[in-house]
Amino acid sequence: MAHGRGKRLSRWGWEVIVQHEPKPGVLARRDAIIAGLRRLLPEDNVIGDALRLKPYETDGLSAYRQIPLAVALPETTEQVAAVMAYCHREGVRVVPRGAGTSLSGGALPLEDAVVLGLMKMSRILEIDYADRLAVVQAGVTNIGITNAVSANEFFYAPDPSSQLACMIGGNVMMNSGGAHCLRYGVTANNLLGLKLVTVEGEILEIGGAYCDAAGYDWLGLITGSEGQLAIVTEVTVRILRSPEGQRAMLAAFDSIPVAGACVDAIISSGIIPVALEFMDKPCIHACEDFAHAGYPLDAEAMLIIEVEGSVVEQDDLLSRIREICAQFNPISMKVSQSAEESLAIWKGRKGAFGAVGRISPDYLCMDGTIPTSRLPEVLGRITEMSHECGLGVANVFHAGDGNLHPLIMFDANDPESFRKAEKFGGDILKLCVDVGGCLTGEHGVGVEKRDLMTYQFNPIELNQQRRVKSAFDPQWLLNPSKVFPLEDTTPPAMAAE
Amino acid sequence: MFAPNSEAELAQAIGAAYAAAEPVWVHGQGSKAQSMRSVQAARSLSTRNLSGIELYSPKELIFSAQSGTKVSEIEAMLAANDQHMIAETPDFSALLGSTAPQTLGGVVAAGLSGPRRISLGATRDHVMGVRAVNGLGETIRSGGRVLKNVTGLDICKLLTGSHGTLAVMSEITMKVLPAPERRATVAIAGLDPVRAVAALAAALGSPYAVSAAAYLPAQAAARVPAVAWLQGSVTLARIEDFTPSVAYRADRLRSDLAAFGVAEILDDAASRALWAAVRDAQPLAAAPDDAIWRVSVRPSAGPRVVAALEAAFGAAGFLDWGGGLVWVAGPATDAAHAAVMAAALREGGTWQLLRGPDALRNAVAVIPPEPDAMARISARVKLAFDPKSILNPGRMRAGL
Repeated sequence: MAHGRGKRLSRWGWEVIVQHEPKPGVLARRDAIIAGLRRLLPEDNVIGDALRLKPYETDGLSAYRQIPLAVALPETTEQVAAVMAYCHREGVRVVPRGAGTSLSGGALPLEDAVVLGLMKMSRILEIDYADRLAVVQAGVTNIGITNAVSANEFFYAPDPSSQLACMIGGNVMMNSGGAHCLRYGVTANNLLGLKLVTVEGEILEIGGAYCDAAGYDWLGLITGSEGQLAIVTEVTVRILRSPEGQRAMLAAFDSIPVAGACVDAIISSGIIPVALEFMDKPCIHACEDFAHAGYPLDAEAMLIIEVEGSVVEQDDLLSRIREICAQFNPISMKVSQSAEESLAIWKGRKGAFGAVGRISPDYLCMDGTIPTSRLPEVLGRITEMSHECGLGVANVFHAGDGNLHPLIMFDANDPESFRKAEKFGGDILKLCVDVGGCLTGEHGVGVEKRDLMTYQFNPIELNQQRRVKSAFDPQWLLNPSKVFPLEDTTPPAMAAE
Repeated sequence: MFAPNSEAELAQAIGAAYAAAEPVWVHGQGSKAQSMRSVQAARSLSTRNLSGIELYSPKELIFSAQSGTKVSEIEAMLAANDQHMIAETPDFSALLGSTAPQTLGGVVAAGLSGPRRISLGATRDHVMGVRAVNGLGETIRSGGRVLKNVTGLDICKLLTGSHGTLAVMSEITMKVLPAPERRATVAIAGLDPVRAVAALAAALGSPYAVSAAAYLPAQAAARVPAVAWLQGSVTLARIEDFTPSVAYRADRLRSDLAAFGVAEILDDAASRALWAAVRDAQPLAAAPDDAIWRVSVRPSAGPRVVAALEAAFGAAGFLDWGGGLVWVAGPATDAAHAAVMAAALREGGTWQLLRGPDALRNAVAVIPPEPDAMARISARVKLAFDPKSILNPGRMRAGL
């Protein structure tokens, strides 16, 4: 990566990522800034010593590491506002952080930045079943919302793989998806309102317990903005009544294009399964070794298809889907006969990343989206690239919406292997853009895909996005070195003011 | 009035207006010209000639069309493939005294959603990509043609509902869904608004995937042939899916709601007619000179808004979105508008003055003002797209 300026980080002794040059004035005032933060928060909620800063040096993309200047852990929106006002006054950069599960380095610290951790804001403030909403603080975990309402047979729909750990504030910032987006949408489609703190430390409420606030769609803009625009402290989410039941089936095929054609045929028939997941052979093997879910080891491609409703409705939908699958000469089909069998089928899928981790010392998880009609061609090309660079790849993804997750296997102890993996990943994402897709479907740009943004957007488009950022954060203090290519991150002036 | 024939001509026209620093009244066919605030502009620009479907991939659940494409043309294309627009695009032409056809750009720029909004989301939830020309005359893209995309800031959502004040959309890509094989509506007659909204909450909180939920008081129900025969108010919950599912769920829902009264089940044809009427606000008993408001509050607050506005000025109205969307008609006066604002604010909700004489619309807040800190950001975002404030100035709020 070529960059004119910035700071190089190194984990394994070679350069991997470039960030903004730290502000010398801020580094020099480190002790004073920590003391300043301690006047705003309880003593234990400001971390300044090296040992306790260490856990905050990275997130779910652990290849990149940087110890921050300090960590602030506010417990209330007012404390967040106080910290933001202070940092704004002092010109200190701020990196917001939820559970730190970002797969794109969205919470990677900078040397001169305060990490604003929201994990102590973990209270559920309101649950209203009649109006079907919950108001929760940003540090509530994704599964925590569902757990709080499940006794009443409600749930919160977006279910990213990290849902046991990840927090709703982070979900909002990254517009997280999950396996059930095809039916229930992503985070943006399941929000009603947010409480925000601006970079200046002002508290704002957008949306609320109702649909469709008039005026600009701030809720839509903030969701997925990766901490570039404001800090989220409270979230009003839609909660939904759980279906009467759900059931999964497996269908295995001897070729990837045939499985892809089957996906098309299911959607074309008017059926929208709640989940439609695709795995290739390497992934099937890795997951079966791990989960013993009864996956067909001779298949080149396998679909997990889930439907929901009453038992009668499940039977009706599954028989329609079986009929469609049967037209594509499946090697095998297996319809779950019980909740236990469905869980076993999902256990393999949900553990896919971990399963690949067992067969390879390290892996990179990519996240591009493609038009589903280009699936066979793109998977074919990924296989070719894998042979060309000599690194294995396992594919598991959300087939209904074309969101790919190639897992590139490499060895982190071998610098050359990591470089190859990074290049392979970048080439896959460029391929996604080339066929009409995008760089990231649900993981976010973060630092990981920042420098590929110029591949998807032209300078005019990037400048337009940068001017929107500047409207919220004129000095670019919020989560710097993410999303926008580094050479372009001089705060742009308004064209005419 | 200038109607560019291509995106390049559109960009050129905006670029010329930018150079001349002259405001532009941006519109499609003008079917919603009598809504929001009127725009005083030296130039007038219509997207009506930017017409045509660029892409339709039924198996990918996606279409792209130029912004001036008529909504009716898109709906016909989708219907031929047993698909539909998810948010059930309403058509308020009759309310607004327009005979002009709606354009895709118009309904997206106005951010309009129909009854299915309560279950499957708003128009903004289904805009996957846009091409647009900003106030500098620059062409920008955001989003794309895939269903899952978090690459960069979501300018698509920001432009949706921005009434042409940030950029002029030239092409829009939207997600669609299979149209249901069958519809049915569970209808309970004779409930008061509070009881009705409780029934709708029970319906929407059931596992039967209710896709729309409305309450028509007697006067409103009488205007809709599909339910007028029930003679009195009607509380309505729609189910739409494959035929066996619809039969099963409608039956279950009817028994689950038995505590609220005996329910009728309206068939597919009656359901189609009923919800098309609700979508376009036909049940609203508005006199020709009346103003019309849409008030959005938490669903359980809907009945309180209705009661407050009945008391204030004898408002006629009905409820959609499970009680959360309150349709209101009443005298086009400052006093009535003040009562609507007060009722919405009391419930922590929002309002839009959808119809009213120019004098009223230009004198009052047609949508809620923003707190100072948000208003400052709004002004800066406006300038980020339109630095000389030439695109539909003042359309949403005075000075914006």
